[in-house]
Amino acid sequence: MAVSTTWVFAEASEGKVASITLELLTKARDLGGTVEAFYGGADGDAVAEQLGKYGATKVYVADPGDSLQGAPVAAAMAAQIEGGNKPDLILFGQTYDGRDVAGRLSAKLDKPALTNGVDVSADGDKVTVENAIFGGNTLVKTSFAGDGPFIALFRPKSFAAEEGSGGAAEVVKVDVPDTGLSGQTKVLDRHVEEHTGPKLDEADIVVSGGRGLGSAEKYEMIEQLAKLLKGAPGASRAIVDAGWVPYAYQVGQTGKVVKPTIYIAAGISGATQHLVGMKGAKNIIAINKDKDAPIFSVADLGVVGDVHKVVPKLIEALQARS
Amino acid sequence: MNVVVCAKQIPDPAAPGELDSNTKTLKREGKLILDDSDAYGVEMGLQLADKAGGGEVTLVSMAPNSEVSGLRTALAMGAAKAILVSDPALQGSDSLATAKVLAAAIKRAEPDLVLTATESTDGYTGVLPAQLAEILGWPSITFAKHIEVTDGKAKVQRQTEEGYDEVEAALPAIVSVTAGVVEPRYPSFKGIMAAKNKPVDEVKVADLGLSNDEVGWAGARQSIDDVAAAPEREAGRVVEDEGEAHQEIVQFLEELKVL
Repeated sequence: MAVSTTWVFAEASEGKVASITLELLTKARDLGGTVEAFYGGADGDAVAEQLGKYGATKVYVADPGDSLQGAPVAAAMAAQIEGGNKPDLILFGQTYDGRDVAGRLSAKLDKPALTNGVDVSADGDKVTVENAIFGGNTLVKTSFAGDGPFIALFRPKSFAAEEGSGGAAEVVKVDVPDTGLSGQTKVLDRHVEEHTGPKLDEADIVVSGGRGLGSAEKYEMIEQLAKLLKGAPGASRAIVDAGWVPYAYQVGQTGKVVKPTIYIAAGISGATQHLVGMKGAKNIIAINKDKDAPIFSVADLGVVGDVHKVVPKLIEALQARS
Repeated sequence: MNVVVCAKQIPDPAAPGELDSNTKTLKREGKLILDDSDAYGVEMGLQLADKAGGGEVTLVSMAPNSEVSGLRTALAMGAAKAILVSDPALQGSDSLATAKVLAAAIKRAEPDLVLTATESTDGYTGVLPAQLAEILGWPSITFAKHIEVTDGKAKVQRQTEEGYDEVEAALPAIVSVTAGVVEPRYPSFKGIMAAKNKPVDEVKVADLGLSNDEVGWAGARQSIDDVAAAPEREAGRVVEDEGEAHQEIVQFLEELKVL
């Protein structure tokens, strides 16, 4: 293993470091060598301790001001690299901002970015990223050619997050060079959606609904069941596209990847792009009236039945116990 | 206001994907259709041009074998014309090379706004919109769930982990749109007929001022080392509901100590 320095693009909200960042820091420690974080925000001091706990010895802090992170953070990273502070490998989450920063950095440095990674390994100078295609049925290993820095993005929950024994990371403020027109986005307002209960991609229990529910009104029972089980409600792409629930509920390749202890899929056929988002759940329960629905191939308990009968009865039975 | 929509033409997602055994890349030999993810961009482009009082939607696409089927679908929706980049040298291109190609084609169209999907259905690397914007030197706003254009600015609601942000950028800009940003229209019969005659300008890598070693396998600077089947998840127990199956679920949850 000969990666000498790895950077991890760090993401945080209100001073709390995102789970994906902690997962990537843990993996970076595994690869050996120096691990440093690169953070876009004004509150570097607030996150230095958590980042340090998970292995970063330094955190470079670039303040994007009121613009989106993409252009300014990529420019700050490139400036460090071009100035001689060059890591071998840079790990990003396959997240909203991870994609923006990694994409811009890739173009700036004219270096490829490997995406949707579920694992990474280094053998001497050779760095290999593994990703899953075809609904997760096939694993592909791709190596970078030429010189680094190697840019790679990883799906959330690919790695476990484990605390190390480090103290707070040293905060190093770095300049954001002038990004010209590229940098000119302005965040006018932040809307935090009210939600009770656990976040979809962190919940231990997820209850998802799909087209088999029949209509938007029927989604109500999914919310009810999720609440009863103290879990989070989710959805297939089909019902998001149909406008029954917002995009934030979407589980799947183009939505969230979830790895809960329990995933209940009601009225979901199990198209590969949905399976990608939930196959990693520990226990899967599926309810669908079609016995040939692909969802049954991954379910630990499959119920062939009408969701309109099974789910209300399940809710009633659970309510009777509480 | 002139809009370019990046439209990808992909193998039908309903059919199982296949890798070429030599190159280990996705086979793209059959008919390619318009990526559903791009139907949203096309519709959004048409509506925004309309609201601005006029202007055209031009499609830009990179596809093998001079494929136009997917473009005809988008032209039938109302796009005015297309620029198609098709060249054997592009085989093996990664997203960065694709971004270089699309950027060069977009420059020919000189739009005020470029719309893309957040990611394609078949490749889903998800970094192309940002790579494209950096090459063009334009601002970009990704994951738009709502877009308006007023006073030369794109005003976007951008999906975030917590909800959404309201973000604006001066045009020209790139905006990537999420599914459900707008309801795409079904092409009318008249639209389908008209699409047959709308211009598709086909160009090669050299026409765009790019060299073959910036694209395709030469430009990729990555190699596919191994392809293997993933460990399978075993199927479990299946029961038919005859009125009491919900009890099986309750029992299962009890065993897992959830209840």
